[in-house]
Amino acid sequence: MAVIKVQKLTKNFKDLVAVDRVSLEIDEGECFGLLGPNGAGKTTLVHMITAVSLPDDGDIWVLGKDLRKYPRQIKAMFGVVPQIDNLDPELTVLQNLTTFARYFDIAKDEAKRRSMAALNLFRLEGKSNSRIKELSGGMKRRLLLARGLINNPRVIILDEPTIGLDPQSKYLVWQKLKQLKGQGVTQLLCTQNMDEAAVLCDRVAIMHQGRVLALDSPRGLISRHVGDEVVEIEVRDGEREKIVAELERRELDFEDATATIQVFHCDCDRLKEELGGFSWNIWSRLATLEDIFFRLTGRGLVE
Amino acid sequence: MRLPSWRSFRMWQRNRDVFLRLWRSIAPGFIFEPIIMLLALGLGFGYFMGVIDELEYMEFIVPGVIATYAMTSATFECTYGAFFRMEYRRTYDSILATPLNIEDVVAGEIFWGATRSLVTATIILVVAVLFQLLPSPWVLLVPVVAVLEGVMFASIGMAFVSLAPSIYSFNYYFTLFIAPITFFSGAFFPLDSFPEAVQVVSSIVPLTPAVELIRALVQGEFHPGLLLSLVYIIFLAGLFFFISMVAMRRRVID
Repeated sequence: MAVIKVQKLTKNFKDLVAVDRVSLEIDEGECFGLLGPNGAGKTTLVHMITAVSLPDDGDIWVLGKDLRKYPRQIKAMFGVVPQIDNLDPELTVLQNLTTFARYFDIAKDEAKRRSMAALNLFRLEGKSNSRIKELSGGMKRRLLLARGLINNPRVIILDEPTIGLDPQSKYLVWQKLKQLKGQGVTQLLCTQNMDEAAVLCDRVAIMHQGRVLALDSPRGLISRHVGDEVVEIEVRDGEREKIVAELERRELDFEDATATIQVFHCDCDRLKEELGGFSWNIWSRLATLEDIFFRLTGRGLVE
Repeated sequence: MRLPSWRSFRMWQRNRDVFLRLWRSIAPGFIFEPIIMLLALGLGFGYFMGVIDELEYMEFIVPGVIATYAMTSATFECTYGAFFRMEYRRTYDSILATPLNIEDVVAGEIFWGATRSLVTATIILVVAVLFQLLPSPWVLLVPVVAVLEGVMFASIGMAFVSLAPSIYSFNYYFTLFIAPITFFSGAFFPLDSFPEAVQVVSSIVPLTPAVELIRALVQGEFHPGLLLSLVYIIFLAGLFFFISMVAMRRRVID
């Protein structure tokens, strides 16, 4: 059974359709990524799944329960790590965790025990009596993550969990998320970070303007939409038309990315060899989720 | 409309913990200011006012000071405090990700506001006893009235929070609502000293019944009209409690 099942979910803000008839199924134990540019509707979708925002249309089912009817029981199974820092600055670091545990009806001693364990896990043990404003950005993110895990959730929902983190902190968070997956915790991860999606997610949905444009494993998306390798040709003065004409003549799948022209779904080594006579600056590299992202959502700013 | 559950107690506990951590910085507002008010008005004005209803002016205003500061304690908590938690700290968002629903959060805020009224009223009562200003044993019921009054003003405050576009909106709330009702309530002047038109206004402002009830308990003198005051407080408290439930859901859960 799907842990989270979303059917034809729609949300409008004034004249903007933020989420447009999205249907998804997230399976038990998988890490499901929502990838999309700013304003794609990821956060709005997550807000609806966590009952902070009401859908205009469509249904959300969690483990077979209707979210509208059982919001408390469903929220009790969720751990939510928000995009913005909403730690409670009027409480200490430790109180932030114990107070949160109390919202889940975790008894005092158990709350204290879990909180201390969580602080240790996220290398915050020395900060238990600090105030929130004394923490660095990375520490706050780690504390948000620790807070999201305090109820031993069955599903953890993360909105940009590593945004603005230094590489060490990011690595720590990724390790922790992988461990959780090993323990069978289902994850819903919103991210703009392609590496993050590639490293962590079993399946990725690419969202744009409120819709899901593509949905598959990272590898599946890559081989379907761009191929395993991408050939890039540098565009120097006056060469654009010639390159485009040549690629069109060969009926290749290519895209003009301004500084370079990228060729997809090709036999890269052969193409490089065949184009060798043109004295163009040409190379190949492994395809990434970023290539698909650009192909599907375009290169222009969307906001 | 959805109703709050016992989980509103969790929000109340959160506010209590913050209060216990920070009470030293909040203390001037609910301990020193009412005492200064009592002494300054009582001794200063009292010199000119003479005797009102057979009472020294200081004795006359004790109930007024209790009712007024019970009102402001709940009001600050459920206007600036609540708005700050909702809009700037994003505390509501974080709590709504737990089994608490918005009604639990709002009810917890209101009950906490009422608790602040209770604390403030009790402190002023104790001070008044120390100054030997309270003759009637009925004063022991003053905290009960303070709680009802607190629920009423906290609920009115939360209803306003649900509409407030920005934190500056509360300037209007305090200047155009809280300040005038303080003066029209009979807290500091006997109501019969006002012109008749003003007396009509006085009889509807929500602080008036609280002042009347507390004054009756302090003096140990009762009349049937007090029942109406009590019903009026409970009616307004109930009405605005439910308004704030519905309106805050509309505001927070879009």
